Amino acid sequence: MTGPRVALFATCITDTVYPETAKAVLRLLERLGCEVDFPLAQTCCGQMHFNTGYHDHARPLAQAYAEVFAGYDYVVAPSGSCAGMVREIHPGLAGTGPAVERTYELSEFLVDVLGVTDVGAYFPHRVTYHPTCHSLRMLGVGDRPLALLRAVRGLELVELPQAEQCCGFGGTFALKNAETSTAMLADKMRCVQDTGAQVLTAGDNSCLMHIGGGLSRLRTGVRTVHLAEVLASTEEEPWAAATR
Amino acid sequence: MGGRNPVTWLGTPSFPKAAHDALGDTQLRRNLRKATTTIRGKRASAVAELADWERLRAAGAAIKDDVLANLDTYLVRLEEAVTARGGVVHWARDAEEANRIVLDLVRAEGADEVVKVKSMATAEIGLNEALEAGGVRAVETDLAELIVQLGDDRPSHILVPAIHRNRAEIRDVFRRRMAEPPASDEPGDLAEAARRHLRRKFLATKVAISGANFAVADTGSVVVVESEGNGRMCLTLPETLITVMGLEKIVPSWPDLEVFLQLLPRSSTAERMNPYTSVWSGVTPGDGPRRFHLVLLDNGRTATLADRVGRQALRCIRCSACLNVCPVYERTGGQAYGSVYPGPIGAILAPQLVDDPHDEQAASLPYASSLCGACYEVCPVRINIPEVLTHLRGKVVEAKGKRTPEAVAMAAAAWMFADARRYEVAQKAGSLSRFLARDGRISHLPWPGSKWTSSRDVPAVPKESFRAWWRRNRG
Repeated sequence: MTGPRVALFATCITDTVYPETAKAVLRLLERLGCEVDFPLAQTCCGQMHFNTGYHDHARPLAQAYAEVFAGYDYVVAPSGSCAGMVREIHPGLAGTGPAVERTYELSEFLVDVLGVTDVGAYFPHRVTYHPTCHSLRMLGVGDRPLALLRAVRGLELVELPQAEQCCGFGGTFALKNAETSTAMLADKMRCVQDTGAQVLTAGDNSCLMHIGGGLSRLRTGVRTVHLAEVLASTEEEPWAAATR
Repeated sequence: MGGRNPVTWLGTPSFPKAAHDALGDTQLRRNLRKATTTIRGKRASAVAELADWERLRAAGAAIKDDVLANLDTYLVRLEEAVTARGGVVHWARDAEEANRIVLDLVRAEGADEVVKVKSMATAEIGLNEALEAGGVRAVETDLAELIVQLGDDRPSHILVPAIHRNRAEIRDVFRRRMAEPPASDEPGDLAEAARRHLRRKFLATKVAISGANFAVADTGSVVVVESEGNGRMCLTLPETLITVMGLEKIVPSWPDLEVFLQLLPRSSTAERMNPYTSVWSGVTPGDGPRRFHLVLLDNGRTATLADRVGRQALRCIRCSACLNVCPVYERTGGQAYGSVYPGPIGAILAPQLVDDPHDEQAASLPYASSLCGACYEVCPVRINIPEVLTHLRGKVVEAKGKRTPEAVAMAAAAWMFADARRYEVAQKAGSLSRFLARDGRISHLPWPGSKWTSSRDVPAVPKESFRAWWRRNRG
């Protein structure tokens, strides 16, 4: 292959709870001509520790990240939050370096590095998109995910009201301030349901786990599907409603 | 000196507990949603009018950083300029000292009542309560502050302290406390009742107390911006004016003030320019108060200044844009923060001013955020509030030590993540959760997972992780 050598940083939550998302990233990037590796020494970016105040525990994880991902052209993560942690926080914890500087969130990588918005996807569903806070404000991915979604054949994209409001996840915030988190979630779910969408997509499985957990609890019938899975879906190999 | 810093209210429970009560208050929830949604939209339009907004923000931050880095120089310059123009400067290291200075000044005037301009600094130090204890009645003249004061209530917003009250509640408060109560709960009637109530005070009271939005070091000019004109009354009619000002409110020169007079109204009330901007330099014979005292207040500010990350909170110009965009504030309101400084700025400012790592309530404030970053995006002086929040969380964790259940769990997780093999063992153990699941979802977990499953399902961990799949197929 002649494409760029890309390391997939799956993130701990996707690796463990949402392996289908990581497989989707792999399928998508290979379809677009990348040579993808998954370095098995990777674990977690340290965001939970850092954001909760355990900076000393986050530091060695940032150091390990720099070592594990040093030898690639690019590192791609299906998460705005984890990519944000690496790019914005790791330098202060463990210094910067090639791994940090070459880390991209998936939609950034597709649009900015590979220069594509039409990835050849097919996804015949009514879909709404939630811009997760860290991809929106920490990374500034802007409307890259929307540009990608607009090019998906069969996909009916509906605008999410008050899209830029946080869903209330916030990592350990969802536990420490569970009631406030739930109040925020309730409004997010109302907005999602107002769209009449079948599928809510986003670039972060953590936020989708939160919103999806609420939508599932209330038996709304709305599915949460990571952006990578939407983009990986084709007519030949369509997304199948996996267990979520 | 010493004692408790009144910036947080004694007896307020920690944030999650206070939020519990607020979240159940339907009237509060409705008022807040309506008010914050409206002001958010207006602010966005007001800001969008300026093509150089981002440059203004950067300039505002840079000016404030320069002031903070050279505070010693600017403070002395301000003192000299105020003194040269006939004012008297007092230095107060904490709330207790500031309150004593003000009370002594009021007593020296022989007054038993003072009128007040809306001021965060005097609210921070609990001046009204201190004056009351000294036999002096303080009358708030800002309409919303008056509503809070007459209702024996506490403020819930920096700019609109009675944001949690609707007009029927305000009418009831006025009916109880005013000689000429309002005819109805129509805004015009409420405003008229307040106007009549306050006019008498303005004309009869000899001493006024204010805060300051800015003070120009070069000329010793103090600036108050407001909407109602009641502040202007206080600043011009009485014989004596006492201003209490946080020592970070300085701007070096008049051209610097220009930057903030653009940033503040648009961020705060979504106005191009606020209706009243009062500026005075010492005293002017035949015009306004004959005696002017400026009390420069530290109350935790120099300690905050010593913190490399936390000091940016001192750039704050009290616009409250961060409150209005905060999804947490929108749902809990301001009183849940237990401080005159609520919302995102309160969550980083109050704990620093309290400066007591063992104060449970103050320690809960940096966690009262989902770190969504909406506050940082709107802050007119670019305070990176999420950065300060995580920094202060670090200090909380350090103070609590390594033996709390959370610290033990975090240490265990860090040990597990430190080695990919241990991590993989943990993944396999976690995948056993699938036996708790129905249709791939789990609805009940034991504590602390119950905090999640109280309102949200959690997906079962699948049998095969991605890395296991990779090793099987690609390894």
